[in-house]
Amino acid sequence: MSAPNKSYDPVEVEALKPEEIDRAKDEALAAVAAAGDLGALREVKAAHAGDRSPLALANREIGALPPQAKAEAGKRVGQARGAVNKALKARQEELERERDERVLVEEAVDVTLPYDRVPEGARHPITTLSERIEDIFVGMGYEVAEGPEAETEWFNFDALNIGPDHPARSMQDTFFVQGRTEGEDSGVVLRTHTSPVQIRSLLARELPVYVICPGRTYRTDELDATHTPVFSQVELLAVDEGLTMADLKGTLDHMVRALFGEGLSTRLRPSYFPFTEPSAEMDMVCFVCRGASVGDPDRPCRTCGSEGWIELGGCGMVNPRVLTACGVDPGRYSGYAFGFGIERLLMFRHNVEDMRDMVEGDVRFTLPFGMEI
Amino acid sequence: MRAPLSWLREYVDLPAGETGRDVAARLIAAGLEVETVDQLGAGLKGPLVVGKVLAIEELTEFKKPIRYCQVDVGRAGGTSGTEPGGGSGEPQNIVCGAVNFAVGDKVVVVLPGAVLPGGFEVGARKTYGRMSEGMICSARELGMGDDHEGILVLPPEHEAGTDAIELLQLVDEVLDIAVTPDRGYCLSMRGLARETATAYGLPLRDPALLDVPPPNENGYPVQVADRRGCDRFAARTVTGLRPGAHSPLWLQRRLQKAGMRPVSLPVDITNYVMLELGQPLHAYDRARVDGPIGVRRAAPGEQLVTLDGTARALDAEDLVITDNRGPIGLAGVMGGANTEIADTGADEAGGTTDVVVEAAHFDPVAIARTARRHKLSSEASRRFERGVDPHAAAAAAQRTVDLLVLLAGGTAEAGVTEVSVPSAPRTIQIPVDHPDRVAGVSYGRETVARRLQQVGCDVYGQDELTVTVPSWRPDLTDPNDLAEEVIRLEGYENLPSTLPSPPASRGLTERQRLHRRVGRALAGAGYVEALNYPFVGSAVFDQLGLAPGDPRRATVALANPLSDEEPGLRTTLLPGLLTALRRNHGRGAQDLALFETGLVFLRTGEETDAVRLPVERRPTDEEIAAQNTTLPRQPRHAAAVLAGARERDGWWGSGRAAGWADAVEAARTVARQAGAELVVEAARSEPWHPGRCAALHVELDGARTLAGHAGELHPRAVKALGLPDRTCAMELDLDLVERAGSGRVPAPHVSTFPVATQDVALVVDAGVPAAEVEAALRAGAGELLESLRLFDVFTGEQLGEGRKSLAYALRFRAKDRTLKAEEASVAREAAVAAAVERTGAVLRGA
Repeated sequence: MSAPNKSYDPVEVEALKPEEIDRAKDEALAAVAAAGDLGALREVKAAHAGDRSPLALANREIGALPPQAKAEAGKRVGQARGAVNKALKARQEELERERDERVLVEEAVDVTLPYDRVPEGARHPITTLSERIEDIFVGMGYEVAEGPEAETEWFNFDALNIGPDHPARSMQDTFFVQGRTEGEDSGVVLRTHTSPVQIRSLLARELPVYVICPGRTYRTDELDATHTPVFSQVELLAVDEGLTMADLKGTLDHMVRALFGEGLSTRLRPSYFPFTEPSAEMDMVCFVCRGASVGDPDRPCRTCGSEGWIELGGCGMVNPRVLTACGVDPGRYSGYAFGFGIERLLMFRHNVEDMRDMVEGDVRFTLPFGMEI
Repeated sequence: MRAPLSWLREYVDLPAGETGRDVAARLIAAGLEVETVDQLGAGLKGPLVVGKVLAIEELTEFKKPIRYCQVDVGRAGGTSGTEPGGGSGEPQNIVCGAVNFAVGDKVVVVLPGAVLPGGFEVGARKTYGRMSEGMICSARELGMGDDHEGILVLPPEHEAGTDAIELLQLVDEVLDIAVTPDRGYCLSMRGLARETATAYGLPLRDPALLDVPPPNENGYPVQVADRRGCDRFAARTVTGLRPGAHSPLWLQRRLQKAGMRPVSLPVDITNYVMLELGQPLHAYDRARVDGPIGVRRAAPGEQLVTLDGTARALDAEDLVITDNRGPIGLAGVMGGANTEIADTGADEAGGTTDVVVEAAHFDPVAIARTARRHKLSSEASRRFERGVDPHAAAAAAQRTVDLLVLLAGGTAEAGVTEVSVPSAPRTIQIPVDHPDRVAGVSYGRETVARRLQQVGCDVYGQDELTVTVPSWRPDLTDPNDLAEEVIRLEGYENLPSTLPSPPASRGLTERQRLHRRVGRALAGAGYVEALNYPFVGSAVFDQLGLAPGDPRRATVALANPLSDEEPGLRTTLLPGLLTALRRNHGRGAQDLALFETGLVFLRTGEETDAVRLPVERRPTDEEIAAQNTTLPRQPRHAAAVLAGARERDGWWGSGRAAGWADAVEAARTVARQAGAELVVEAARSEPWHPGRCAALHVELDGARTLAGHAGELHPRAVKALGLPDRTCAMELDLDLVERAGSGRVPAPHVSTFPVATQDVALVVDAGVPAAEVEAALRAGAGELLESLRLFDVFTGEQLGEGRKSLAYALRFRAKDRTLKAEEASVAREAAVAAAVERTGAVLRGA
């Protein structure tokens, strides 16, 4: 930049003449308008707004003017540059918009293309249904209890008031673990229900006890469309002061509504189990037809066989003998319990037609169930 | 128990229009499991009459014997069959394909216009070249059972033309009831009638209320040596049974409807009385019984051929009926062949004429054990196991005698034997509000007492009830049993619905949360859960290539496996998962990733046989601990298997085959859920590929502990198991991983100062594990190292034989300042120096 020169006549500085500045500005604006693409505009920008452009050069000369002339020249050059920059920016935006419209259209893809690059996974519906039931009861104040699958006969039978001569203890129903020498009785079985977990809970926990016992159970059935030797159960046990059959009924009603929808209820029918007294079979109102199919041959219900009710499982008041075997005073405490098979529940809740689908591990069966059920 | 409605009506005056379904609904509400209500003779329409065969013409021109018969059907004859009894009475000409009848026999004839069960309409039609005016029926065609051997020949006493629908009681309803083990009394019409009467609030005509003469000294001698096994034994003798006497149709029909097959008159009568009163009976041919009848336990080595023709070696616990020669029956289970009565229906000499009737009461446990021991469940044993009314024995004997006299023309001997152990009626004390407290309902004393009386109890007292239990209800022993009777008769359907207030729950345990997390994480990573059976055999261990002494072969063995090929319980999840993988592959799936979490069963080597603990008290902690030592160890494992593509080919480019690294990553995915770090090192372990097997360790109590393996399976195992090539697998002891998990995660400090990135490439021997190089770099780099990532592994000629280059990106950052370039370089050099020192690495390009 030149130093101020007080004797210098501003009129003598060619580049700062007003007409020169206007000319440079007009040329620049014309070039901007003429630039046809972003590349041309970049060149225009260098030529007319760059360091070596006429207006930039003129700007440098301002310093050489006497102080009284600087202000006016500066204003004139500044306005000219401002106008050029504004035009440049506007043209830039205009050209970018044009480019975007063209290029992004060219980049368009078929967004309906499938994307199955990584195969999906899923959890087994037996697992997730069991968890769903657990969650219903955890929400009510129960805790989840677990125990071993190979269990002693005392836990699986005796403590549950299933005496040594009970038919359930025959080889027809129960898997027995071989003793140390072949043919010898080990006293260990594969649990035939999750009830031994109830016994373990009563022995290990402080009263009152409110537990839900999910898990795998075993009976010596051959696999067919409706039987499996390995199946899953959920059982519930509540032992507290003053529990009644009405509490059992209310608990079942709540569960059925949580699993199948509002307005459904359960029905108890007298039955017999050694570990409960009184005992009952529990049915629920069919969640599909809600009883409407009964006696109406035009509207048959596949889910309940037009019975209006679906059998859920067994339940009852804990037999006081069971409490005694666990050291709980039956004079002070009472309890209720129920249990049912998850496979059966899954079968009618989701229209599973064949038990084998649930045990074979075919991914086509399991995948649609996803992570939760 | 099958209960014909017509039979029930004999004891209870049910309303006339009441159907089997109506009765079933009432009985279900009272706690009986009515499985079906069979409609006998549904759709049956006459005319269906008794016919007498007048003449038989054998037609010989056909491949099988055909008879052209002339049958007298009384007044029903000579019509086209529109109105029974309204015809001219001419005999009918009927073609018949059966040959088991003769001229003069009485048969059942269905005439044109009738409809047989199943909607079969009968008309006059031409068959085998003759006009057949109706049909002679078999038992099956009449809905009377499966007997289709020939046509049904009736006893001679029935008149031709008699309506056979009425005579044979062809139209009826039968309730089929599954009787629960506590309700033995419902294995009789007497018990079911009692429940029906109560359900309808109607009086019961108790068939056991009979006049029985008191016992005397003249009866057949009986000596009960085991009074615990047999507390009651009534014996009666009937002589002079008429040879050729047969069971009348009404008796046969009732037996058939109840599901029993008529055999011979004395046997039918004992069966009938058993069905009626619930008391099993036995009839001995007196001529074949040698001396007094005895009851005792079997002696070692004794044998008995039972009525089913099986020779049985008796156990010293078996209760037997004896005579002078030895056992003549398995008490309460089945009689012996040596005193079997001969068919009086067979008109020959040698038919039984004199019988001794036994009506006894045996110990339920003894009978149950004998029946189980000999795998011989009979109608008698089923009843004794579930409890028979001991006070009905004398009445049942009397009823049998009466029927033998009535139907077989016998003479009842005056002698009445009754051996019995005196017993007081059982009583139970309950507070009057006990049923209320069980049900959560206020019934009040009046209701409680009335309901218990309907069951047959006597009730005394006001606030404290003393309840005397009827002899036919041995199942009523505890206060809650009485509560159940009251509540069920008041109706379970009338129970209110209330909710208790449990204490606040702690929710799921950490362990339960982890198990769910593992499942979700593996499923999220593309694995599908499979729940496999835990049964294994040595074959699969051979296929996996396990060494003979491999501990996984030492399975917990089942005494009664479903398959002898798979007698053990799994020690590893892999057999089940690989089977599922193979099944899926066989069904056409290609890209497969499966997982399972579940228990395995490991022998501890310290198992003792379980001791049976008492149930009258809580077992001690020591006793519980001793029980637990009898069990195998049952840790939870997590396993995954995969084959095919882990990433598929597609429009996005090529995919990637599943490999050993995916298996290791699955294991890390599991460990990450527990917050545990897996230390990986190369290992050789079956069934994995010896060069592609990672041992997975966790740090437990300061010690490195093996938690599982992962990698590609051994090609031999893949081939032996029929798996897709290069199947990969991992298995972890989830319990160990859980224990190794860190608890609460400390929050990291997030520095906002700039990062300084430095790359290094290190050349090492091919055998040096990358994990070691990484560990050295980390150790050398110090605190400033934020992260380190291996981004390339390279081998090539320029590196030399047996060398590989590992390229790492190192990111340095300070918590409190912008790092100077020199600081980052110093840290990098320190990292490299550590790698050089520990692994013999050479900095590439240095």
